[in-house]
Amino acid sequence: MSHVDALSPMAAFAAALLVLAGALLTVIGSIGLLRLKEFYQRVHAPTMGTALGTGMILIGSMVLFSSLESRLVLHEIAIGVFMTLTTPVTFMLLMRAAMHRAAPGGGGEDARQEEP
Amino acid sequence: MKRWLPFPVLWLLLVLLWLLLQTTPWIGHVLLGGVLAAGACLALRRLQSPRPGATSGRSTLRRTVAAAALAMHVAIDIVRSNIAVARIILYRGTRNQIAGFLEIPLVLRDPLGLALLSCIITATPGTAWARYEGERGVLTLHILDLVDEESWIATIKGRYESRLIEIFE
Repeated sequence: MSHVDALSPMAAFAAALLVLAGALLTVIGSIGLLRLKEFYQRVHAPTMGTALGTGMILIGSMVLFSSLESRLVLHEIAIGVFMTLTTPVTFMLLMRAAMHRAAPGGGGEDARQEEP
Repeated sequence: MKRWLPFPVLWLLLVLLWLLLQTTPWIGHVLLGGVLAAGACLALRRLQSPRPGATSGRSTLRRTVAAAALAMHVAIDIVRSNIAVARIILYRGTRNQIAGFLEIPLVLRDPLGLALLSCIITATPGTAWARYEGERGVLTLHILDLVDEESWIATIKGRYESRLIEIFE
């Protein structure tokens, strides 16, 4: 691990803090997916990881590699953009499928939940 | 200009994205990125449906100011809602009984504006996009913490929708 010597303590601290905070948010989101009981409630929890959790880990990565390579490393932004653009697609598919199953004649006994 | 390069701003963003993904700045990457981005822009022109209400002559400056204000509010709301949802998960857990659906009538009709709204709502934990009825213009959300319906409607309409209308319509 010769990279560690080249890293300034400030950058190491900032990157560690950001990555830990992002990981903490993601794990709380996963706990929520496990603990909340209704499908519509559970679907909220993982978005903590896909939005702010990922964002903080990506910023941590930018800080770390910009400091290591002594230049601005920005391609994590592309990951963030792709995550933000693609998450709603899967998310809406899941929501629509759950609502369809819950509707009368939708054929889902387990998914029968309150519909607006 | 418009004929062979229909979306100049999108083209520029795509070239920048391409250069971002290459680790070495090299003139060949600029050329290749430019050609690929132009192809993507031409493909998009074939896909694009006519946008209603995209003709108003609001100035670029006002749109930029609205976009900056929107980005700032969204960033603050994402942090706040993450904290709020984390508290619900850790402290209230399975006893959470106040989640529910909420219908919001929208004035916004622009497809790009609605797409961006869906990104904002998905990126904010605690609000989930459930359904949008295009004919009535009614958006149905699922809210994890539905204590105050009025304040949720005010947030979505006042903070996001009004600025999206300024940007896109």
